[in-house]
Amino acid sequence: MKKLGVIVNPVAGMGGRVGLKGSDGLEILEKARAMGAQPESPLRAIEALKVIARLKDQVEIITYPHEMGEDEARAAGFDPRVIGSIKSGATIAEDTMQAAKEMAAAGVDLILFAGGDGTARNIYTAIGSGSKIPVLGIPAGVKIHSAVYAINPKSAGEAAALFLEGKAVNIREAEVMDIDEDAFREGRVSAQLYGYLNVPENKKYVQSVKSGAHSEKAHLQGIAAEITANMKDDVIYVIGPGTTTRGIMEELDLPYTLLGVDVVLNKQVVANDVSEQQLYDIVKGKKTIIVVTAIGGQGHVFGRGNQQISPRVIREVGRENITVVASRDKLVSIMPRPLLVDTGDPELDQELSGYYRIVAGWQDTLMYKVGME
Amino acid sequence: MSRDRYSRFRKFHQAKWDEEIIFELSVPGERGVLVPKAEAAVADEIGDGVSVLGGLKRKKAPALPEVSQMRVNRHYLRLSQETMGTDVNIDISQGTCTMKYSPKVQEHLAARHPGIVEVHPLQDPDTMQGVLEIIYRTEQLMKEISGLDHFCFQPGGGAHGVYTNASIIREYHLSRGDYKRDEIITTMFSHPCDAATPNTAGFKVITLMPDENGFPPIEAFKAALSERTAGIMITNPEDTGIYNPRIKEYVDAAHAVGALCSYDQANANAFLGIARAKEAGFDMCHFNMHKTFSAPHGCMGPATGAVGYKDFLKPFMPVPRVEFDGRKYYLDYNCPQSIGKTRSFLGNFGVILKSNMWIMQHGAEGLKEAAICSVLNNNYMMKKLKETRGVVMYYDFGVGKNRLEQVRWSWEKLQQDTGFGTGDVNQRLSDFGIQHYWTSHHPWVVPEPFTLEPCESYSKDDLDEYCGVLAEISRECYEEPEVIKGAPHCGPTHRVKHPEINDEELIAVTWRQYLKKKGLKK
Repeated sequence: MKKLGVIVNPVAGMGGRVGLKGSDGLEILEKARAMGAQPESPLRAIEALKVIARLKDQVEIITYPHEMGEDEARAAGFDPRVIGSIKSGATIAEDTMQAAKEMAAAGVDLILFAGGDGTARNIYTAIGSGSKIPVLGIPAGVKIHSAVYAINPKSAGEAAALFLEGKAVNIREAEVMDIDEDAFREGRVSAQLYGYLNVPENKKYVQSVKSGAHSEKAHLQGIAAEITANMKDDVIYVIGPGTTTRGIMEELDLPYTLLGVDVVLNKQVVANDVSEQQLYDIVKGKKTIIVVTAIGGQGHVFGRGNQQISPRVIREVGRENITVVASRDKLVSIMPRPLLVDTGDPELDQELSGYYRIVAGWQDTLMYKVGME
Repeated sequence: MSRDRYSRFRKFHQAKWDEEIIFELSVPGERGVLVPKAEAAVADEIGDGVSVLGGLKRKKAPALPEVSQMRVNRHYLRLSQETMGTDVNIDISQGTCTMKYSPKVQEHLAARHPGIVEVHPLQDPDTMQGVLEIIYRTEQLMKEISGLDHFCFQPGGGAHGVYTNASIIREYHLSRGDYKRDEIITTMFSHPCDAATPNTAGFKVITLMPDENGFPPIEAFKAALSERTAGIMITNPEDTGIYNPRIKEYVDAAHAVGALCSYDQANANAFLGIARAKEAGFDMCHFNMHKTFSAPHGCMGPATGAVGYKDFLKPFMPVPRVEFDGRKYYLDYNCPQSIGKTRSFLGNFGVILKSNMWIMQHGAEGLKEAAICSVLNNNYMMKKLKETRGVVMYYDFGVGKNRLEQVRWSWEKLQQDTGFGTGDVNQRLSDFGIQHYWTSHHPWVVPEPFTLEPCESYSKDDLDEYCGVLAEISRECYEEPEVIKGAPHCGPTHRVKHPEINDEELIAVTWRQYLKKKGLKK
């Protein structure tokens, strides 16, 4: 019997409906409640769980009490195993973390959670970066910058069901991102890339032989080969964060920073995990190429998770020396919206907008638009 | 017993024979043909016919199955009953493949006429004037159809034809001392070989992603053009069935930077006799004779990708060229700038013959009518399918501004509503006596896709039956999910797990490999 961990952050999304740009922190939550916000994530969780209910006899749900999963599971027709304890009506972030830890310890096959970026981050913090436990999000928060969610509750349920049935077995690494809500409320966006969780892909294996579909992994290897084969001597390469750019460093057999910016010269590391100032000092006056990928569910090329590559760094390097790498699947998931730049400098964002040759594989580029939000 | 009077559905069940592999049927000593002893005069000359082979003689007899004629016949007929081809089902399913009727008289001639089947490709051209004449005449027909100046029928398929075109683009630039041009531009909804084969020919490939209306954005195209652009290789109408009305702008912009333009007309059913590569400004094109011109499909080889060129590209065309000196036909090998041979001998002659016959059966007006009927059929089907629950049509511009010969449909809504996607519908389709449909090339830009192409061959009754089946499967998805989950119910095999059939470790393509992988033989 398969074990499914279910975590519902019952307050996720409450801030959004009353214009509070998030629900993190007790004070904001009180404010949201006072403004008449109603919990939404329980309903979304039920919608997803109902899809999985067809596997009721093959799946055991392990969940937290009351509104953190138990109520939702029962409403969807399950008889869940309930663990842990909470203060109903006053759940906090630590409850989510504790739940994720206990579910990981119980050896669940998949954690399905309903929440937003704060919830995803809590789960990531709890089970850690080395965790192999697949996690899938039911989108229910105000902030959905992470890439760990299905498109909607129903498809979350479907993807979870297919995964539990063994019919969709592909796993991808998806970004966990979160925005500093205080800054966000003040009109500043400060998003950070916290790490990656393993997410089952909602792809049934019906891809035809004729389609010549390559695995995501093969595409990433192609991208890495294309970039490294064309590296020029005495040119500085700034390698942005992400799993796509990681492949380049692996291809060069160099140490890398998954969540940070590394600098390479003549196929040797100049510096790992540089700060904005360090980076600026390195590239100033030197021939440099920046290699970045689309980060997060929205597809940000600049401004999310790679703020070290700041406006002055980008200006120093020049638009013509920016290389964007991304797999076909990534671009298709974003289509028809453009990839985004949000450097914090609107004038620069304007200059950076337009069509780019996105490197998508070995000698394989795709023309795609980069624009502003 | 006939079809259900009201629904028009069939109570179909496919034959299931549990048939062995031919090698497993082998009985030592059993014979299909007893080779007669040589006549005395022959025997006097070469003895038993074996000893003259000397060192060429095999040491061991070939490990062929030993089976009588009757059992061989039965074996292959049984296997044929476990497949679904164009001749037994309404083959609208294979969108982009143009599965039209292949007239049987063509087959009869190509497979039986002694002037065709008894010709050896290494014969002296003087002794195969008829074959050369057919090739030459077919070239004249294709010139008229495309407006281009020269044709070659060597490539064994569409992608092979596109590869030939990519090779000619390369040779053209090199011949002018232009060594910088190493990029080819194509579009996401063009046939994938427009990206894959130039890459194989040594080019870097730039693909234009479609905009929200399904068109490759002209701004993106212009941003991709440069002095490095060797050529553009695009399909129009694309796999979506949408014709790009601004195609001339693309061609002109490409020419302005010195690039060549190659028109992928693998499937020309939408514009046969109506629009030509020449007027759109293209320098070269290709046709799949096994699609538009009715010859049966050959599965990666025994087909024909006819490639056509403007006069200035003639020097680079494959050798030998079939020429006529006013008195007789001959093979011209004297083409020093040619890219060389692209396939053995003269290509798949049977396919050229069948295509020639099809063109002659139709005449100029008939070709045009075929295109009009296929577009009409598609638009009729479009109206019906758009009313089917769960079906979504992407890039829908409204009545009269729509698709030509095919549509890439989507079951996106069905999937959102019921959890069943295109794969599930596809599994159920064969229960109605219709073979699985073609989903889409990769990646799936249109989600949960299926691509249907009702060629001119299909009757209104065929279209109604096909649309009715899809509507019924949609109803089942919403109302009787158990039926869908267990499908197919009426086929010779159940669902085949996909990763397994793609796993090179598990695939055996020869009997010897099969024994080895099964552990039956070391």
